[in-house]
Amino acid sequence: MFSFEQTMARKVKAKIIDEIGLKRTVIRLAHEILERNRGADNLVIIGIRTRGVFLAQRIINEIHNIEGKRLPLGILDITMYRDDFRERLKQPVVQQTDIPFDIYEKDVVLVDDVLYTGRTTRAALEALMSFGRPERIQLAVLVDRGHRELPIKPDYVGKNIPTSIGEEVQVKLNEVDDEDCVLLVESPTTTQAK
Amino acid sequence: MKINDVVFKRKHLLGLKGVSAEEIKFILEQAESFKEVLKRPIPKVPTLRGKTVVNLFYEASTRTRISFELAEKRLSADAINFSSSTSSTKKGESLRDTAQNIEAMKVDMVVIRHGAAGAPHFLTHWIKGSVINAGDGCHEHPTQALLDMKTLLEIFNDLKSLRVAIVGDILHSRVARSNIYGLATMGAEVAICGPSPLIPPEAENWKVKIFHNVDQAIAWADVVMVLRIQLERQSANYFPTLREYHNYFGITRERLEKAGKKIKIMHPGPINRGVELESDLADDPEFSVILDQVTNGVAVRMAILYLLAGEVGSQSTGGTLKLICCGALREWIWGTLEFIWERSISISAFQLHQTLIE
Repeated sequence: MFSFEQTMARKVKAKIIDEIGLKRTVIRLAHEILERNRGADNLVIIGIRTRGVFLAQRIINEIHNIEGKRLPLGILDITMYRDDFRERLKQPVVQQTDIPFDIYEKDVVLVDDVLYTGRTTRAALEALMSFGRPERIQLAVLVDRGHRELPIKPDYVGKNIPTSIGEEVQVKLNEVDDEDCVLLVESPTTTQAK
Repeated sequence: MKINDVVFKRKHLLGLKGVSAEEIKFILEQAESFKEVLKRPIPKVPTLRGKTVVNLFYEASTRTRISFELAEKRLSADAINFSSSTSSTKKGESLRDTAQNIEAMKVDMVVIRHGAAGAPHFLTHWIKGSVINAGDGCHEHPTQALLDMKTLLEIFNDLKSLRVAIVGDILHSRVARSNIYGLATMGAEVAICGPSPLIPPEAENWKVKIFHNVDQAIAWADVVMVLRIQLERQSANYFPTLREYHNYFGITRERLEKAGKKIKIMHPGPINRGVELESDLADDPEFSVILDQVTNGVAVRMAILYLLAGEVGSQSTGGTLKLICCGALREWIWGTLEFIWERSISISAFQLHQTLIE
């Protein structure tokens, strides 16, 4: 039943991060998160569906390896908060959000795969606020591809990849795509999916 | 993010007859996501911000109306309530005139409950927005059946081969009809049980078992769906007295215990305690899932509102054109429009609509 966003064959321009590189990047992100927050005492990690969740899980695993502490994982689906609801031709399916802990006065690290326009992050911030009042929210992304449409800036970046509008960044993760890598691909010409 | 390609493309929800198993499954899956919203500290999402929904209630209602209104507000839609007792209906305004006036006020969706079967369908000819049937006469009450199925799914995980006995006034029951259509589509086995005058002749065509003895029905069933004896529709003496009805068809603890198995009791409400259902049974969480039904009602209605609001043709936020063409022509135009939308040509639906009519 899980047919993830269309990964139909598009022309691959470059492989930007390979499997081992991706592992190193995630380890670095985990270290940076711990360094900035001086440990993991007040941290919770929340991944944005779909691939943000798997990245969040990996960051949690790395933090566990480093600090010996297992942080709880929250799953956020932001479909209900999208601002392009009325413009889409096809209907986004609402998936479940699962945040099994209280975020009140916590340091929340929000994890997503690609940061692009910033609209997903905006939606995620709005969604998080209906769960309580966190102490602070930080944003960790695997790839920042630029072209922001909102004043949003990530706290932790795996890799900055300057792209043109005609390009797209595709993050592939073992959990759903059977491989670990980040690709730069040509975006489909007709409908541009953000 | 997942994108739904084909599963749910309806503009209106008028009944469950003809709604496919995939569609029902999809609605119930979506409802589960919305149910989670209701458990949040702030149980509100901005999904339908800017959409206006009118709740047109020509018949009395507590649950359905509150449930729809809550669902609308939880999704941030603007909800307007209309009840016939305090409106111009009292002055003799027809449904069509009311509908046209509502249309002129630019409403996106209408939820209607009406005493006449087919009223929601009638409304679709006069309103450009989506129409949701919240109960029409003795015809259908689709959202009730959906929330019943959601409740059953939570208990039994699967509706296939589940035995559901619907007991009571089948003749007048829109809940029974919607459930019979929906449950049959989902592969459940359905039986109906009641005094002969309250079993409609068309039941022969429904592919359901018919019992006239409630003990046999209970012995057969996994779930008993108890219907309310609709006192307001009992002018023709379908049974001698309420007391006699209770003696022969009332669901009692004694009857359930005699069957010797775990049976779940559902009731669409409002309950006539001591008539169709023994009072303390309705409050016993071991048997009764009645309040779960109510909770699921809000989630299911949120899912329906969301799915209909996202429907491609329902984007009625601009455009002042009055519909002047006949039904068939309109159908054709909508068909064409849908086709064009499919081809992702981004022209405002109503500009095009206007052009086509001119």
